[in-house]
Amino acid sequence: MGAESSPKIAIVDESPIRAAILEEGLREAGYTEVVRISEMQSLLSRIYTLDPDVIVIDLENPSRDILEQMFQVSRAVRRPIAMFVDQSDTASIQASVDAGVSAYIVDGLKKERLKPILDLCISRFNAFSRLQDELDRTKSALEDRKIIDRAKGILMKLKGLTEEEAYVLLRSTAMREKKKIGEIAQSILTASELLK
Amino acid sequence: MKETLQIGFIPLIDAAALLVAVDKGFTSAEGLNVTLVREVSWSNVRDKLNIGLFDAAHLLAPVAIASSLGLGHIKMPIVAPFNLGLNGNAITVSSALHVAIMAEIDGDPFDPSATATALSRVVARRRKNGAGPLTFGMTFPFSTHNYQLRFWMAAGGVDPDEDVRLVVLPPPFMADSIAGGQVDGFCVGAPWNSIAVDRGVGRILHFGSDILQRAAEKVLAIREGWSAKNPQIVAALVRAAHRAAEFIEEPQNRLEVARILARAEYVGVDADLILRTLEGRLKISADGTVRESRRYLLLGGQDAPRPDPVQAAWLYAQMVRWGQAEMSREALEIAKAVFRPDLFDQALGAAGKPAAASHPVGAFAGPAFDAEDVPGHFAFFPIGRQRPR
Repeated sequence: MGAESSPKIAIVDESPIRAAILEEGLREAGYTEVVRISEMQSLLSRIYTLDPDVIVIDLENPSRDILEQMFQVSRAVRRPIAMFVDQSDTASIQASVDAGVSAYIVDGLKKERLKPILDLCISRFNAFSRLQDELDRTKSALEDRKIIDRAKGILMKLKGLTEEEAYVLLRSTAMREKKKIGEIAQSILTASELLK
Repeated sequence: MKETLQIGFIPLIDAAALLVAVDKGFTSAEGLNVTLVREVSWSNVRDKLNIGLFDAAHLLAPVAIASSLGLGHIKMPIVAPFNLGLNGNAITVSSALHVAIMAEIDGDPFDPSATATALSRVVARRRKNGAGPLTFGMTFPFSTHNYQLRFWMAAGGVDPDEDVRLVVLPPPFMADSIAGGQVDGFCVGAPWNSIAVDRGVGRILHFGSDILQRAAEKVLAIREGWSAKNPQIVAALVRAAHRAAEFIEEPQNRLEVARILARAEYVGVDADLILRTLEGRLKISADGTVRESRRYLLLGGQDAPRPDPVQAAWLYAQMVRWGQAEMSREALEIAKAVFRPDLFDQALGAAGKPAAASHPVGAFAGPAFDAEDVPGHFAFFPIGRQRPR
């Protein structure tokens, strides 16, 4: 791939894991010139030094406003940013905002070349959110298990139940009160703490 | 059946009327079920409003105008039926720059003409000594902060594009940047100047209201098309915001308002600092010096909530002066039409009747601003980037 076919892409993201996932995706797709920026201090001068063709930034990043300055015609700006995705392509804009990522194309690069990069960013950002959700769910499931085990122990001791019976009691209470077993278990722990 | 609305905001004190309207149930009483969405950048607020993820937003007044003119970004006509705040900004400088300005000052240190002239001497001295240009932070290219900073320094003979560097900085980074020496000063809204002063890293040189007595700062922004299709909802929203603005204005409610705004899901800073801001009582230096101004931030009284097209014209004039827009009668009319006192009046009737239809902008330098003679405004100021058409 020559320089002509591999635009320089700067990823501005404070999440190092997500930035790494994105960089890997871009490299797999044949984009060889990818640089990550995680330090927001003097972001603009970093960008000027790198002189990228495309800038990708996550939408949770307050530094996004800094990039707006690059739209301005001013002495400080060497190569103005042409646009934020394609004005006419509202589906793209919607998808990128939903995924939480935005891409800017720096003057000089043909806008058709942004589309595959943006699509890739969107899919990687979405994949990252799914991973994050899964991780959160696993964490809370683990946490719930610990709480349920402790609540079972309390019930076994106080009411002389077997482990099986304690679990059935927790589950039937949760069903009756339309709550999660974890919530019922947590209230047993809280109550037993109070009654100590 | 309640109307469900998504409204975006940036955690700043001038979002108060919106936040209080929702929190105190004023929107609910108007039949609106509002979900507030806290955002981290103006670019996000603008984009989410543009594509319809937000029905309305707390927005920089100049962004509403730039969006309607298609400047710097996608063109999307916006209307502003309600001003969320006038003024509220301040210019804060580092201790070193403050010392340098005071060493050169000739006159009252609270007079922006005197400080701007002193700044031009500081700039000249630095150039002679081979020091790099001073750097000032502001929040967005299309912001009252940018225009106030430029108007102030240019009045003293400092060219904001040639003699100093102006950089966009997100407000939460301002205090760190002045402490770290990346900027020598900045213009930002509340509470960020006070945060820098409380941290002992900056000193408030001017209130925004020293530069301009009345500057439209944040508006309640709505897409024009959506507004035209939903006039009842817009009117209900304006009434709720107006009720909140009046609530905030009552001195006995201020502590409650400060406590609401202080919550983490809203502005998330100390309630006492917010209270001082609402009362226009700001600590301006680390030694505890306090300065008071009734005009520092206008949320409710003095006709502040009613949009004034003259304000929009002034903002457009600054866009032209600094090369962001070309001067044209048509663009001027579009800019003025973003501010919609008619929608405000329709919603409020006699309750919102202003004391005066229009108030002067009240800039500290130059002739009185005349919205009918924008080129006359430039004629007075030698420094500017306005492009001939």
